[in-house]
Amino acid sequence: MSSWLDSTPSNLKARHQKAKIFSVLCTLLTWFSVVLLAVLIFHVSRQGVTWLDGKFLSSFPSRFPEKAGVKSALWGTVWLIGVTAVISIPFGVAAAIYLEEYAKKSRINTMIDINIANLAGVPSIVYGILGLALFVRWFGLGRSVVAGALTMTLLVLPVIIMASREAIRAVPSTLRQAAFALGASRWQTIRHHVLPASIPGILTGVILAMSRAIGETAPLIMIGALTYVAFTPDGPMDSFTTLPIQIFNWASRPQEDFHDLAAAGIIVLLSVLFVMNAGAIFIRHRSARGQRW
Amino acid sequence: MPRASHSEDGADWGGTPSDVSSGVLSPDFASRSGRRLWEEVIKGALFVCAFLSVVTTLGILFVLGKEAVTFFEDVSVSEFLFGTRWTPLLEPTSFGVLPLVGGTMLIVVGAGALAIPVGLASAIYLSEYASSRVRSTLKPILEILAGIPTVVYGYFALTFITPMLRIILPSTQVFNALSASLVVGIMVLPMIASLCDDALRAVPHSLRQGAFALGATRFEVSRRVVLPAALSGVIASFVLALSRAIGETMAVTLAAGATPRLTGNPLEPIQTMTAYIVQVSLGDTPAGGIEYKTIFAVASLLFLITLVSNIVANRILRRFREVYE
Repeated sequence: MSSWLDSTPSNLKARHQKAKIFSVLCTLLTWFSVVLLAVLIFHVSRQGVTWLDGKFLSSFPSRFPEKAGVKSALWGTVWLIGVTAVISIPFGVAAAIYLEEYAKKSRINTMIDINIANLAGVPSIVYGILGLALFVRWFGLGRSVVAGALTMTLLVLPVIIMASREAIRAVPSTLRQAAFALGASRWQTIRHHVLPASIPGILTGVILAMSRAIGETAPLIMIGALTYVAFTPDGPMDSFTTLPIQIFNWASRPQEDFHDLAAAGIIVLLSVLFVMNAGAIFIRHRSARGQRW
Repeated sequence: MPRASHSEDGADWGGTPSDVSSGVLSPDFASRSGRRLWEEVIKGALFVCAFLSVVTTLGILFVLGKEAVTFFEDVSVSEFLFGTRWTPLLEPTSFGVLPLVGGTMLIVVGAGALAIPVGLASAIYLSEYASSRVRSTLKPILEILAGIPTVVYGYFALTFITPMLRIILPSTQVFNALSASLVVGIMVLPMIASLCDDALRAVPHSLRQGAFALGATRFEVSRRVVLPAALSGVIASFVLALSRAIGETMAVTLAAGATPRLTGNPLEPIQTMTAYIVQVSLGDTPAGGIEYKTIFAVASLLFLITLVSNIVANRILRRFREVYE
């Protein structure tokens, strides 16, 4: 074996010292992330909290910082995420079911598999360009909520598919075999046994995918959601703005007051994300308790 | 005969396992062949949904390729790839993409220099040192860090990191590559930490125990046994994280500025490929003009770079996965 284990007494001490230094270093570097998160939250809160009040939530954007609010952005986000969820969840779950329950090892299925892994790594701005060319111009949907939601759907589909696949894979095969043995068809087995059993896992994945969609900015800028919007959308064909876009708009202005407004907007955005993630954790916990296998 | 359309049937997923009675055993269809046909219809519909991902990729290739081709009718490929001046919006126009690529690389190098050592150290700490209690606190914190929207990181870079840098290095400009690259590093750090952690934990315990039994210290076990065994996963995580840094948009748009220039000085403003695309789409660039086509050319290059690195990373993961019996 190599020399690193030959320990004369003199280098034994050095080796232990090295180990000690390494462990301290690793610990410090790990807690660095925690400190960073604390600093970030503290900084944002300090800047934004004085601007955060009922008026901020119920006002439209304005060129006067003291009158500006996030009403249109908040409702735009709700609309966008709502429509995205309606479109993306059925497609994502269906794709996951096919890949886990039906797909045999064939060339086309391997291709789909690799393709989804690669799609997950495509920069979000590229999806924005696809949305701009395909939905905004080609389908003629304009800069509407639907165009944004379709773009977001393409963006979050890989996330939903991968999370749902994992949830479906976690269902023990004995459950399927029992159903088959009783004469159920493949689809009956899936619909009545596999899906109900994997719903908590799928839901967790869906919530995580949606919270990714909520924070996305670049693709929406590409499809042209960044316009001064002083109304809340009434339908899926209306134009819209969203929270991250409003934050970006404020943060890119030179005036200090608008930076503080951006911080207030960030507090709202992070609160929404926090509530969604708490929901996901709650679902995970409840289903872990009710696990029957 | 199939009596319901797939979408109607598929909408009814809320059922609990207790409603087994609702037709699993009672034959829904008059004939066996009808039921078999129905099964095939469902299978086909599900396949179409899965195939949608391939259609998405083809769509990206088609959209990018179509506009990029018309761009390259006006500008030669070599001028685009090797030109050192990028001024498509100003006269005299020049379409050399190298300044944008250089800006992106400056961000990636900075982000990697922060995220790779810290991320790997965190992963080693999480998998080799931390008790399960510490682990269950740290993991969610890393997940939160990973879930923070990029625009928030952009704001943080602009209003916190840059002012700090200006105190330490007074020559730092308001928009600079360093601040943006640090914040992109923070952004991809959780990804490296969690992917490396997975890779390290996949190394079987018997290997560690063997090394401990030979008298190795924990540092030696981590460095000489666990890390080499998990190397493919570790390297793949680096590649994936850096590819993510290449595609990062909002933080660099906010913090790094909009000045395309070929420089190695991280204290100056630069522009990345992604930030350029955002800049053009924020302005009133008419569709069809050469300015409009530039974003497709730049996006094609961006897509190619990230696609190649993702394929490489996934290959590394698939090919070189150590298998322990």
